[in-house]
Amino acid sequence: MVEVINTVETIDAIPHNSAARRSLYAARLKIHPKRGSGYFRNLKWLVMVVTLGIYYVTPWLRWDRGAYVPDQAVLVDLAHRRFYFFFIEIWPQEFYYIAGLLIMAGIGLFLVTSTIGRAWCGYTCPQTVWTDLFLVVERWIEGDRNARIKLDAAPWSVSKLWKRASKNALWLLIAVATGGAWIFYFADAPTLARQFITFQAPAVAYATVALLTATTFVLAGYLREQVCTFMCPWPRIQAAMLDEDSLVVTYNDWRGEPRSRHQKKAQAAGEKVGDCVDCNACVAVCPAGIDIRDGQQLECITCALCIDACDSVMEKVGSPKGLISYSTLRTYDAHKAGGLAVIGWRSFLRPRTFIYTAIWMAVGLAMFFSLLQRERLDVSVLNDRNPLFVRLSDGSIRNGFTIKILNMEQRPRNFVVSVEGLPGNTMTMTGGNVEPLREFNVDVEADKLRAIKVYVAVSPLLLRSELTPIEFKVVERGTESTPETRSISAFFHAPPKETTP
Amino acid sequence: MEPREKDDISGTETTGHEWDGIKELNTPLPRWWLWTFYATIVFALGYVIAYPAWPLVNGATPGILGYSSRAELLKEVDTGRTAQSAQLEKVKSLPLEEIRKDSDLLQFAVAGGRAAFRVNCIQCHGSGAAGSKGYPNLNDDDWLWGGTLDQIHTTLQHGIRYTADPDTRQSPMPAFGADEILKPEQINDVAEHVLRLAGQTFEAEAATRGITVFTENCVACHGEAGEGKREFGGPRLADPIALYAADKATIVAQVTRPRHGVMPAWNTRLDEVTIKQLTIYVHSLGGGEMPVP
Repeated sequence: MVEVINTVETIDAIPHNSAARRSLYAARLKIHPKRGSGYFRNLKWLVMVVTLGIYYVTPWLRWDRGAYVPDQAVLVDLAHRRFYFFFIEIWPQEFYYIAGLLIMAGIGLFLVTSTIGRAWCGYTCPQTVWTDLFLVVERWIEGDRNARIKLDAAPWSVSKLWKRASKNALWLLIAVATGGAWIFYFADAPTLARQFITFQAPAVAYATVALLTATTFVLAGYLREQVCTFMCPWPRIQAAMLDEDSLVVTYNDWRGEPRSRHQKKAQAAGEKVGDCVDCNACVAVCPAGIDIRDGQQLECITCALCIDACDSVMEKVGSPKGLISYSTLRTYDAHKAGGLAVIGWRSFLRPRTFIYTAIWMAVGLAMFFSLLQRERLDVSVLNDRNPLFVRLSDGSIRNGFTIKILNMEQRPRNFVVSVEGLPGNTMTMTGGNVEPLREFNVDVEADKLRAIKVYVAVSPLLLRSELTPIEFKVVERGTESTPETRSISAFFHAPPKETTP
Repeated sequence: MEPREKDDISGTETTGHEWDGIKELNTPLPRWWLWTFYATIVFALGYVIAYPAWPLVNGATPGILGYSSRAELLKEVDTGRTAQSAQLEKVKSLPLEEIRKDSDLLQFAVAGGRAAFRVNCIQCHGSGAAGSKGYPNLNDDDWLWGGTLDQIHTTLQHGIRYTADPDTRQSPMPAFGADEILKPEQINDVAEHVLRLAGQTFEAEAATRGITVFTENCVACHGEAGEGKREFGGPRLADPIALYAADKATIVAQVTRPRHGVMPAWNTRLDEVTIKQLTIYVHSLGGGEMPVP
C-alpha cells in the first residue's frame, strides 16, 4: 500500500450561518469565502460571462424594422406603449404574451429545480452573479480569505483605508454600470447614452440608475447571502419543488464519517475512520457561511464550490473524489443502506418532469402559433351616447360613431370603411368631406392608432325598429394578397316608431 | 442603579412589573426596527426644516425649500401649456378650414373645444350639445345663423341679441298678436299654414286662409316656402325641427308674443384660440357645413 502523506492544511473556518450558531438577535458575522478552483468554479465563471454579456450587450443589438419603428432589437418603449423583441412587436393589449413568458419562466424554474435542484440560485441568479463579481474585486484588492480576515481585524491605517476606499470605488463603478445598462432597455440606447453623459437625459433615467446602483452596491457588496436567506422567497418555494430525485449538493456522510484529522493515527489505532479529514475546506469556500456536512440547508444555494474544494483535497489525500457531490436523496439513501447506486439520466424521467415539460411546451407552442396567426389590424367602434341619435331637417335619423383603427403593421396602410346592414345610409366623417358618402378611405400611419368620427344617416322609413344591428367593415386597400378585413358589430339607434312622423 | 432581575429561562432582564407572579420581560427591540425608528426621527427633522410644517397664525412656516402644492400645480399647468404651445400657435394663426383638414390639429382643436364647451356652453346647449326647448341643438343641420366654420365663428364671437356687442346677431320678430298687427283669427290661420309647412297635420281651410297672412307678414324673414333666411336669422319652418315646439299652441304663442333667446358674445370672455377650438368642435358635431362657393 502506498503511503499517502497528508499535506492537507486544516482551515480554521467557522460556519457562522449554520442553524446551530445563528441567533436571530445577534449581528451578522461577515463571511469571507475563499477562492476555489475546479470544474464548478469554471462553470460559474462561464455562466457569469454569458449572463453579464447578455445583460450588457442586448440593448445595443440592432434589428431593422423599416423606417417607421425603432431599430433596437430589444426595446420596452413605455412612452409609446410598445415592446419590441427582435421580430416580435407587442402592443399593450397583447400583454398576455408577456404573461405567457412569465408562466414559462415559472414552469421552467420548476422543471430545472425538480431535476438539477437550485441551479438558478447557484449559477444564474443576478444576486449570485453580482456577488461573485464583487468578490473578484474584493479578492483582487484585499487578497484572499486569510488576508481579508486579517485586514478586517487590523486597526485603521492608511493602507487599510486605501484598500477599503478603492474596493468600494470599484464596486460603485460596477454598480453604476449595472444600473446604467438597465435604462438602455427602455429607450434608444445610443441616443440615451449620449443624453445621459451630457446630462440631458430625463430625470427618471438618472433616478433609475441611482436606485439600481444603490441596490447593486448594497445587495452584492454588503448584504450578500442575507438576501438569499432572509429576503428572497424563492428558497422557501424551492423546498417544495425538490424531491428525492432532484440533484442537490450532498455531503456523502456514509463514506465521510466518522471524520478525523488524524487519519493515520486513528487507522493505526484500529479505529474506523471515514474519508473526511475535517479540513474545513468546504466551509472556507462557502459563500453562504454554512457547513454542508450538516446536511441540506435552506441557506445553501448549491453553487457547488464545496464540491470543488473537497475534490481537490480528496485528490491530495488519495481518496476518490465525490465525498461532497451532486446527488439525489434516493442515491444517498441507497448508499447509506449499504447498496451501490449510480445517478443516471433516468432519474430525470419521471411523471413530475414530464408534466412540467408538457405544460412548458404547451404554453410555448400556444404562444408561438398565436404569434404566427395574430391579426395586425384591430378596429373598435363606439356609439355616441349623448345624444343617442339626431333628427336632421330632411327627417332622416343620424347616429355618431367613434371608430378606432389600429394599424399594427410597421408600414402605413389605407383602409376603406363602410357600413353594412343599413340600406340607404350615407356617411360623413369629421375632418373629411362634408358631403355624404357611402364609404371612406382612411390613411393610418405605420404602427399607429387612428380615431375617426363618423356620422351615419338614414331615412326613418328604411328603419324597422329603434335598434338596428349594423356592421362596420374595414378593409385594407392596395395589397396584392388577400386584404386584411375586420367587421365590427354596432347598433343604429332611432326614436321609437310611434313618434316618428 | 441596581441591576434588574434576570429571567432564568430566557436570560433576559425583566422590567420589574409583575402581575399575579407573571413578570414582564424587557426584550430589546430588533436592531433593524430600532434603526428604522431613529431614521424616521432624522427624516422628520429634515422634513420640518425643508418643508412647510409648523402652523402659524397666518399660514405656516415656509420651509427652506419654499415648497407649496399650489406652486407645483401652477408649474405643471405651465408645463402643459408649453407642451401645447406649438399646436396652440397653429390654431391661432391658421384659417379654420386648414385646421379642420389637418387631422392632428383637428383632433387637438376638437379636444380643446370639447373641454371649453363643457365649461361654457353646456348650461344652455346641454352636455351632448343637443340643446333643449329654446336652446338650439348643435348636432343637427338646421342652423339659425349658418353652419359653416366662419358663420359659427361669428356667432361665437358676437353672440345673439347680446346688446353689449354692436356686431351681435339680431333677429327681432315682431309681436304680431301683442302689438295687434294681426287679429287672433289671422294668427290661428297662419299657424295652420306653418303646421302644413312643417309637415304636421293641419286644418286645410284655415291653412289656405293663412297663406295670404304668411305672404304679407312672414316671407321677408322665413322665405316663400318657409325655408328660412339665415342672413336675418329667420328660422326655417319647413322641417320637423323646431326651436321651441312644433305644436299649434306653441306656434300661436310664438307669433303672438315671440320669445327671443340670448347668447352672449364670447370674444370678451374667451381668447381667440379657445373660440376657434369651440368653432371646430361645434362644426365637428355632425351638422357642420361647407361655404357655398
